Amino acid sequence: MDQILALIVVLPLLAAPLCLLLPNGRAPWVVATATTWLVFCGACLLLNDVLANGTQSYALGDWPPPIGIEYRLDALNALVVFIVSLIAAVVTPFAGRSIASEISAKQINLFYVLYLLCFAGLLGMAMTGDVFNLFVFLEISSLSTYVLISLGRDRRALTAAYQYLMMGTIGATFFLIGIGLLYATTGTLNMADLAQRLPEVEQQRTVLSGFAFIVAGLGLKAAVFPVHLWLPNAYTFAPSVVSAFIAATATKVAVYALVRVLFTVFGVNYSFGALPLQFVLLTLSVIGVFATSLLAIRQNDAKKLLAYSSVAQVGYMIIGVAMGTVLGITGGLTHLFNHALMKGCLFLALGAVMYRLGSTGVTAMRGIGYSMPWTMSAFVIGGLSLIGVPLTAGFISKWLIVQAALELGWWWLAIVVLGGSLIAVIYIWRLVETAWFRAPDAGPNQLKEAPLSLLIPIWILALANIWFGVDTRWSLSVAEQAATTLLGGGP
Amino acid sequence: MDIGSHFNYWVVIFLMMAGFYTVISRGNLVKKIVGLNIFQTSVFIMYISLGYIEGGAAPILTEGTEVYANPLPHVLILTAIVVGVATTALGLALVVRIREAYGTVEEDEIHKQDSSF
Repeated sequence: MDQILALIVVLPLLAAPLCLLLPNGRAPWVVATATTWLVFCGACLLLNDVLANGTQSYALGDWPPPIGIEYRLDALNALVVFIVSLIAAVVTPFAGRSIASEISAKQINLFYVLYLLCFAGLLGMAMTGDVFNLFVFLEISSLSTYVLISLGRDRRALTAAYQYLMMGTIGATFFLIGIGLLYATTGTLNMADLAQRLPEVEQQRTVLSGFAFIVAGLGLKAAVFPVHLWLPNAYTFAPSVVSAFIAATATKVAVYALVRVLFTVFGVNYSFGALPLQFVLLTLSVIGVFATSLLAIRQNDAKKLLAYSSVAQVGYMIIGVAMGTVLGITGGLTHLFNHALMKGCLFLALGAVMYRLGSTGVTAMRGIGYSMPWTMSAFVIGGLSLIGVPLTAGFISKWLIVQAALELGWWWLAIVVLGGSLIAVIYIWRLVETAWFRAPDAGPNQLKEAPLSLLIPIWILALANIWFGVDTRWSLSVAEQAATTLLGGGP
Repeated sequence: MDIGSHFNYWVVIFLMMAGFYTVISRGNLVKKIVGLNIFQTSVFIMYISLGYIEGGAAPILTEGTEVYANPLPHVLILTAIVVGVATTALGLALVVRIREAYGTVEEDEIHKQDSSF
């Protein structure tokens, strides 16, 4: 059982070069699919184990922590590992057909190499209990994401990747500076060890500036407003599969890393006490939710619309987390989980549209509901979940965040969350109306429904959105356990 | 506080700001990467300075030495240098592709071309 902790990261890391050696064609796809499914099984086992037996730890190379690198899994990162591997296990089968239609045939095995590296990097970020190791995995996943984005057909994919490379590297370097400053004062890199030693030195300005650098760096990677500027173009011009995968996982893992640093390493009292960080995060997120939701309404490309909406959703997660109460963090984490499900579903549906239609422009999608009813029905379900309609997953997390705000007596925050959802109604409705209530363009209509290999992954996520909206026992209890652990009340 | 005693950290701050400013202010994509490199190099120097102890020898056990420099930050930064090299290579490769696609590496001209269609 112990070995799974390490294997879950090592497996995709080993499968990546294997894909490079394989001949082009279906073989790399088969390897990638098998890898992600195996990792998903491992993640399920681990999550089960963590929920039953508490925190798991694995010393890499048998060097005991804090000297060696430690993989440490509690309810919080077990949930993140689960969601990342779930999305990968659903997206990879979809990738087979979709990516073959979007990039040139000789690049296909390279795509899977990068995809698996990115997957390994994200899992590593979620698993590790060592801050420098977190930086290394952050860079592994970022570097492969830059290349994945640049594979897009439009030449603007190149500039989007370049812009992301610049901002991403600055963010990661900020994080590195912060780690250096913490190491200079405490002499350790292990998260649990840092958490023990920091209280003695927390008055020092070095620690304070290290904290500021780390929060700024991770905030950039998580696309917290106003440092989200890399995100819309990157999601829009990347190949459909890449958009679906990174939209559902990359920012979530960065939010996780931020939460980990805020609550485990520094502790809630320092994080929200030493600096007016709570106020800053809440204000920025509130502005972010409104500004980016309003921007989303005006977009003419469905992918860009969803990309702006992603920034707004990160805002909700940060609002939940920044409240600093068990209920608030539970809401933020549940939203992290649910948003991966809904954005995964929506971007995959757009991937199917791209496969048949060759475009995701809003005008080009007129009347597409009639020719691709299954795809667009799943899109509607994902959209309802994004808005937060009852009986979908999105409702649960927003409801929790509203409750947490009311619990603190911050009614204005509850109004913000509801207001943001109302704007979501407008932009989702715009897409639904175009797809279902407009007559298709005149002329012979040869559009067909997407093939089953694309439909099945889309519908798995669509049904998951409904499932986690109706049966909340599981997702809520995991998130709640994670939140209590974070605030020091749990095991 | 004696300013001279923190000479290397002043160098770090200067390089960091110079590099960061170059990234923000320059419109030429290659110059931006140069700025990014300077920015990253400043962090390397910071880590190397952290590990050094005045009068400390290289961390190899020998007769007669008592004080050793801390090797850990130096090893860490080897990793970060590798990451920096990979980032630079990838950035330059993207610039080459951008030049093939747009015929220029100036940011404002690229924006002009993109907004025209």
